[in-house]
Amino acid sequence: MLSIKNLHARIEEKEILRGINLDIKAGEVHAIMGPNGSGKSTLASVLAGRQEYEVTNGSVEFLGKDLLELSPEERAGEGIFLAFQYPVEIPGLTTTNFVKTAVNEVRKYRGQEAYDAVQFLKLMKEKMALMEINQSLLSRSLNEGFSGGEKKRNEIFQMAMLDPKLAILDETDSGLDIDAIRIVSNGVNKLRNKDNAVLVVTHYQRLLDYIVPDFVHVLYNGRIVKSGTKELALELEERGYDFIKNEVGQEA
Amino acid sequence: MKSDEVYQPEIHEIDDGMSAIHETVNSEYKYGFVSDFETDEAPKGLTEDTIRFISAKKNEPAWMLDWRLKAFRQWQKMEEPHWANLHYPKIDYQDIIYYSAPKQKVNPNSLDEIDPELRRTFEKLGISLNEQKRLTGVAVDAVIDSVSIATTFKEQLGELGIIFCSMSEAIENHPDLVRQYLSSVVPATDNYFAALNSAVFSDGSFVYIPKGVRCPMELSTYFRINAENTGQFERTLIVADEGAYVSYLEGCTAPMRDENQLHAAVVELIALDNAEIKYSTVQNWYPGDKEGKGGIYNFVTKRGICRGVKSKISWTQVETGSAITWKYPSVILKGDYSIGEFYSVAVTNNYQQADTGTKMQHLGKNTRSRIVSKGISAGFSNNSYRGLVHVGKNANGARNFSQCDSLLLGDKCGAHTFPYIEVKNNTAVVEHEATTSKIGEDQIFYCNQRGIDTETAVALIINGFAKEVMNQLPMEFAVEAQKLLAISLEGSVG
Repeated sequence: MLSIKNLHARIEEKEILRGINLDIKAGEVHAIMGPNGSGKSTLASVLAGRQEYEVTNGSVEFLGKDLLELSPEERAGEGIFLAFQYPVEIPGLTTTNFVKTAVNEVRKYRGQEAYDAVQFLKLMKEKMALMEINQSLLSRSLNEGFSGGEKKRNEIFQMAMLDPKLAILDETDSGLDIDAIRIVSNGVNKLRNKDNAVLVVTHYQRLLDYIVPDFVHVLYNGRIVKSGTKELALELEERGYDFIKNEVGQEA
Repeated sequence: MKSDEVYQPEIHEIDDGMSAIHETVNSEYKYGFVSDFETDEAPKGLTEDTIRFISAKKNEPAWMLDWRLKAFRQWQKMEEPHWANLHYPKIDYQDIIYYSAPKQKVNPNSLDEIDPELRRTFEKLGISLNEQKRLTGVAVDAVIDSVSIATTFKEQLGELGIIFCSMSEAIENHPDLVRQYLSSVVPATDNYFAALNSAVFSDGSFVYIPKGVRCPMELSTYFRINAENTGQFERTLIVADEGAYVSYLEGCTAPMRDENQLHAAVVELIALDNAEIKYSTVQNWYPGDKEGKGGIYNFVTKRGICRGVKSKISWTQVETGSAITWKYPSVILKGDYSIGEFYSVAVTNNYQQADTGTKMQHLGKNTRSRIVSKGISAGFSNNSYRGLVHVGKNANGARNFSQCDSLLLGDKCGAHTFPYIEVKNNTAVVEHEATTSKIGEDQIFYCNQRGIDTETAVALIINGFAKEVMNQLPMEFAVEAQKLLAISLEGSVG
C-alpha cells in the first residue's frame, strides 16, 4: 500500500528525515517510536503533505501513485488520514458542518455523489455510536474549548467518517489519561480491517497495549535504526531509548 | 426528515450554501454588466436649477421643493467631513449627473407594463418582478438609477393597511405621513452627505406598518446604479406604528466602470411603542478592480429612533462592495426599555476602504444595546470599526455590550477599531470586547488534510467567523450573503 524509499526531508536548512525506508501493506499496523526530535512527527507531516517541509530526496508510493506529486487534499482523497497531535480550532464552524464538507469533498474527488443531509446524518449517527461520541460535541465549533480527550476523540470520529486507507496517528496519546487512551484506541481498533492500514506515531509504549502493532520501528536521527515486532516496544519501554542510541553510536 | 430536525436543523441550508460557495468562489464581480435603455437625464452639475428640475420631474408639491432648496443652501455652507480613516481624491460635485431615469411608461398600471429591458436587468440580478414566479415571501421595490420602477405585492400588503411604495408615490399619495416623519430622525442638515441627499434625492422606498400589524412578508428594495457619471441618492423612510413589526432588506449592485460613482443615501426608521423594525443590508456595490480603479463611493446616513416604550430596532449589514464605505447605522434609544442592535460584517479586499460602525444613544431608562462587528480585511485594504455608545444622564439602568472582531488575510491589509464610550449615568453598564486574528496556515492545512481545498477552507473559516451576524439575516438572504463573502475574498489567500 505504502512504500517509502530513501526519504529525505528538511525544514528550512535543517535536515530532519535522512533516508527513511518503510513498506506498509493493507491490514497491517505499524508503530513508529523514537525519542523526541527523532523526526516522527515530521514523517507524519511529510506523508500528509505539509508544505513547510521540503522533500529533498527519495520517493513515496501510495496505492500505485506518486504521493509526493499530490496536494494535501488530493492525498486525503486517495485515502490518507492524519490524526493531528494538535487539532486546530475553527470558531463558528460546527464540527458537523466541517465533517460534512470534508466527506463530500472526498466523495467528489473519488467521483462519488455528495451525500444529502439525510444520508449524511445516517452515516454520522452510525459512526457516533461506534465511537461513543455524543451529539453535543459535534454541534460545537470545531475543537473550540474541547478538552484534550475530546479533541482526540473528534479526530478518530473524523477518521471513522472519512474511512481512510491509511490512517496516521500522530502522538494521539499525548496529553491523554489512561481512560481517554482506552476510548480512543477502541475507536481505532473498531475501524481496522484487512483493507486498511494504520501507522501509529508514539513516544510511549502504553498506546501499543491497546493498538497492538504488527511491526515496530525505531526512528532515531532521521533514520529507522531498528525494526521488530511488538516485543521491541516492550524492550524500549524497559531499557529506554539510550540503548538504541548506544547501539547506533557503536555502529557509527 | 425527522432525524434532521433532531440533529442539526441548519444542515440543509448550510449544505446548499457550501456547494454554492464552491461554484461561485472563482467568479469575478458578476453584476458588472450595463443595460441599454433610453434614459432621461438632468444636465451634469448641481445648482438650484438642478433641484427644481428633479422636483418638477416628480411633480412634487411646493413644500417638498422648499424643503430641498433649504437643504441645498445649507449644504453649500457645509464642508465635506474628513475625520474617517479614508483616503480618496477630491469629489467634484459639479461633475455628477444628479438625475437619470429609464424612459418608460410613467406609473405602469400593472407589472406587465414594465419595459422588458428593465425587467431583464432585474432578472439578471436575480430579482423577479413577476409576483407569480416568486416563491419566497418577499415583496420588492426595484430602484434603478434615480427612480423606482416597480413595487411588487402592493395590493396584498394594502389589504392589511401596509403602505409599501416608492418615495415619490408616498409624497404624492401620503403627504401627511411623509411630512410628519421625513427628516424627523436625520435632519436635512444632519451632515454633509445627508444635506446633499435631502437636496437631490430622487427616489427610495416608503413603508408604513399600521398599529398592531405584523408584516407577513419580507419587504425589500433593490438598488441598481446603471447610468454612467450618475450619482444615486435615495431616501428610505420606514415607520412602524404601535405594536407593528417589519423586516426589511436592501440589496445593491452597480456596473464595473473605471470612474468612481457616488452613492449618498439616507435611511430613517421610526419605531413607536412596542414596535420592532429589523433592517438588513447586503451591500455589493462595485468595489473597483484589483488595482483599486473605479468603484462606488458609498456615503450613507442610516439612523433609527426607538421612540416608543419597549420598541426595538435592529440593523444587520453585510458590506462587501464599494471602493469607499462611510456608514454608521445608529439607534436613538428614546423610549424606556427600548432595544437597539447592530450586527455587521464588513469585508474589504484589494484597495477597498471601509469606515463603518454604529452609534447607540441611550436616552430612555433601562434601554439596552448590542453591537457585534466583524471586520475581514484582505489584499491592501483598510477596514475600520468606529462606534459610539452614549448613555445620557437620565438613562438609568442602560446596558450595552459591544464586540468587535477583526480577521486578517495576508499582511498588507489593515484593521482598526475606534470605540468611543460616553457615559453620563453611573447606573449604566457598558462592556466592550475586541479581538484581532489571522487565518492560520495551520487551519488551512487541517482543512486540506480532510480533503477540503484552500478556497473552500477560507470560505468555511470566514463564514464561521461571521456566523453570529449572518444568523441575523432573513433566511432567504443568508445563503446569498454567504456566497458573497467567499466571492469578495476570491484570490486573497494563495
